[in-house]
Amino acid sequence: MRNIASFLHPPWPSRLLRWPVAGAAILLASCKPAGVLDPQGPISSAERLLLINSTAIMLVVVVPVIVATLAFAWWYRSSNTHATRSLDESYEGRVEFVVWSIPALTVILLGGVIWIGSHQLDPRAPISGKSDPLRVDVVALDWKWLFIYPDRGIAAVNQLVIPVGTPVEFRLTSATVMNSFFVPQLGSQIYTMGGMTTHLSLLADQPGEYPGFSANFSGDGFSWMRFVVKSVTVGDFNTWLEQAHGTGSGLDAASYAELAKPSRDVSPTTYRSVEPKLFERILDKTVTSPRNATIGGAWCPPLRQGGG
Amino acid sequence: MLGRLSWAAIPFNEPLPMISMAVVLIVILAVLGLITAKGWWPYLWDEWLTSVDHKRIGVMYVVLGLVMLLRGYSDAIMMRTQQAIAVGDAQGYLPPDHYDQIFSAHGTIMIFFVAMPLVIGLMNFVVPLQLGVRDVAFPVLNSVSFWLTATGALLINLSLVIGNFARTGWMNYPPLSELDFSPDVGVDYYLWSLQISGIGTLLTGINFVTTILKLRAPGMTYFRMTVFCWTALASSLLIVAAFPVLTATFMMLLLDRYVGMHFFTNDAGGNQMMYVNLFWAWGHPEVYILILPAFGIFSEVVANFSGKGLFSYRSMVWATLAICILSFMVWLHHFFTMGAGANVNAFFGIMSSVIAVPTGVKVFNWLFTMFRGRIVFRTPMLFAIGFIVTFVIGGLTGVLLAVPPVDFVLHNSAFLVAHFHNVIIGGVLFGMLAGINYWFPKAFGFTLDERLGKASFWCWLIGFYLAFTPLYALGLVGMTRRLEHIPDPSWRPLLLVAEAGAIVIFCGILCQVAQLYVSIRAREHCRDLTGDPWTGRTLEWSTCSPPPAYNFAVLPKVEAIDAFWQMKRTARAPMQPAYQAIELPRNSPAGFVTAFFATVMGFSLIWHIWWLAILGFLAAVIVVLMAGWSIDREEEISAAEVAQTERVR
Repeated sequence: MRNIASFLHPPWPSRLLRWPVAGAAILLASCKPAGVLDPQGPISSAERLLLINSTAIMLVVVVPVIVATLAFAWWYRSSNTHATRSLDESYEGRVEFVVWSIPALTVILLGGVIWIGSHQLDPRAPISGKSDPLRVDVVALDWKWLFIYPDRGIAAVNQLVIPVGTPVEFRLTSATVMNSFFVPQLGSQIYTMGGMTTHLSLLADQPGEYPGFSANFSGDGFSWMRFVVKSVTVGDFNTWLEQAHGTGSGLDAASYAELAKPSRDVSPTTYRSVEPKLFERILDKTVTSPRNATIGGAWCPPLRQGGG
Repeated sequence: MLGRLSWAAIPFNEPLPMISMAVVLIVILAVLGLITAKGWWPYLWDEWLTSVDHKRIGVMYVVLGLVMLLRGYSDAIMMRTQQAIAVGDAQGYLPPDHYDQIFSAHGTIMIFFVAMPLVIGLMNFVVPLQLGVRDVAFPVLNSVSFWLTATGALLINLSLVIGNFARTGWMNYPPLSELDFSPDVGVDYYLWSLQISGIGTLLTGINFVTTILKLRAPGMTYFRMTVFCWTALASSLLIVAAFPVLTATFMMLLLDRYVGMHFFTNDAGGNQMMYVNLFWAWGHPEVYILILPAFGIFSEVVANFSGKGLFSYRSMVWATLAICILSFMVWLHHFFTMGAGANVNAFFGIMSSVIAVPTGVKVFNWLFTMFRGRIVFRTPMLFAIGFIVTFVIGGLTGVLLAVPPVDFVLHNSAFLVAHFHNVIIGGVLFGMLAGINYWFPKAFGFTLDERLGKASFWCWLIGFYLAFTPLYALGLVGMTRRLEHIPDPSWRPLLLVAEAGAIVIFCGILCQVAQLYVSIRAREHCRDLTGDPWTGRTLEWSTCSPPPAYNFAVLPKVEAIDAFWQMKRTARAPMQPAYQAIELPRNSPAGFVTAFFATVMGFSLIWHIWWLAILGFLAAVIVVLMAGWSIDREEEISAAEVAQTERVR
């Protein structure tokens, strides 16, 4: 008979297990809530809730299936003399009924979640907030982001400063290939596509800095196409606006053409002024960027498709 | 004269491709030298390269798929390594230009030249045997299909050394894939290799739809066909419906690139959204083209190794057909983030989760097949159990991504990457590996080594979880896909785990290679003389292993589902069958020669060598027409010869 202690402290597995356990601990420590799991606004919070709820609904079915698979496989192994077998049975009406209804009921429930969720979290639906929404026009360039504040007459590259608690209404397009504008902690991403505008509303609940990036591969500089969202108090936001108005150069057709040239890892900058209707002109392709200056004849009508 | 082709196309100054090219060249030369030295050319030419026998073609497809799996895997391990190294200030060992080619090639190869050949290969080998017939409907066409697929694979591998591959991702979205942004030959390699192999796949689809609808053994009604045949039918129907969409889409992109049209450009009225829609109108059915036959294999395997008939055969069939139809109504879920309205997103989200119903039914049916069965844990069954457990997790994350607002935060993330590897490795690949282990004895007359088979299963399973569970977590914390450089150092531990997982998967591949080697060496020991090593239930086990060229000396009379099981149970006294002469299609070099000229054409088109492209095209067409018009296409095996073969058995 073996010592009970040797069961509790078996000699060899403890040493073997030490590394995996330590490794798992490091891994767990390294994934503190971030990104999608650390929402900082109403949209991202709702989306995380939906993520958790949908997972929970499905786990109700999935966990028993996994357990049953392993249990059946174990119990009905050919060497088990205790198992009851009926090898001729291959149909049972009641089981069949249950087999269709379980996934069907799950999907009906989930279908309701999808319908309601899609409508409540439509990216372009305006968010109700205490203050008037801030309008920001977003242009994806190779490989950086241009943010134009049309009502404030300034622009910024690779940094998006927004007042906390204020809904931000984005109009987005791309002056290059398809990209996707995404700030995980604020919620929904949306594609940016040349000649088209997409719309998105987001809101930050808390002051802070949140990473944003392109989530659709766009070429060699894609990995560096990152920006920071700074959510600041209204007072700080106004200070920042004043600073931006007072420093740097203006963004006109010439400096835009310069900016639009491919470059990567661009540090954040601001422009003191922006040529009026620059966003619309980028949409219409009347502003030439070096990579497509030669393509597209004057004969073709300007494009203004509602992409989204 | 040579278009864009010059010595500059070969990257003499880049050591990595040059070394791999040298290694590949040496291996190819060594193999060719060995074949020449041993005098195997006539055998190879007569028995394999020109064979129109569905079994031989099936084996060649599987070999192609496994060889390309090695190529696709080496791309994968390079990516994992780059992501594990290039964190924070480190830049890694791959420049973006090279890294972007690698992930594009990885996806393209794994879908089109690993998964597709494995699926089509097993369909080729198994379907006629399970239907109780002697060949597919169009044997020569079948050979043409295979060789066109091989052409595509060859062209993609050529891009490794002559020129470069696409840097656009495997979906090849415009405008990035347009001339403005990808002026070099990379996208052309992508487009032409997929156009040529796509024609092969379409022909396979037509061939199998015809075979299953028109050629079945006497008594083999639709509702007596095996579930694998049903899934092969559904998959072939999807091929016939979906692949023309892909071909047309690529043709439009080719017109943009070659003659300056504007289907998908940013300007002049082009619309990139159209490409994305069309691509996924093919792309989502493609997912089911791959997974349905895997479902079919698991249905065979689970029933066989549980010693029971498949639970609720009819609902299995209806579930297959439901998936087949629904797969065309969900394509928009690949781009919920394009900005369509809430109604559109909700509709496609609901349709996508509806697919989970027939799929769930299938899972439950496998479960109830195991229930009260007598389960024998051979390698294929291990893969089947591993599949059920893994696949329901992949299904869960898939339905999660079908909820549009959830997709808004997980689209294009590492979570998505983990999801589709979850279903493609845990579903399609496990299915194919189960199928290979299951039908190998039928194809070659001896069983595969069980110990190494099981070792490879455990490596694949553990490796998969190690490699992709971290990616689920990384997607949730905000890591997007296709990053050549990792911005957040806190992701590194998880990326290292993923790298370790990839290495464990490599051990699985090594086990498989060893399994093949050991089994071939010990083939006399594990020879299967009965033709029925697993006490099978379906017709392919009723003939000897390997089956004679004509499969069945006398076509079986089918009286029930699981026809062979029924025959064994009723066990009528064996009587001397009345053998008759059998007509079989003659070997034909048409497929091989067509593919040769198609390769010439594809290569010339990529490099703008117009005269050679025209010559290659004309030659390929002439060869096909000649094969089509030839009269003397069958040879007869006399009744005495059949009787002789059957006596030896």
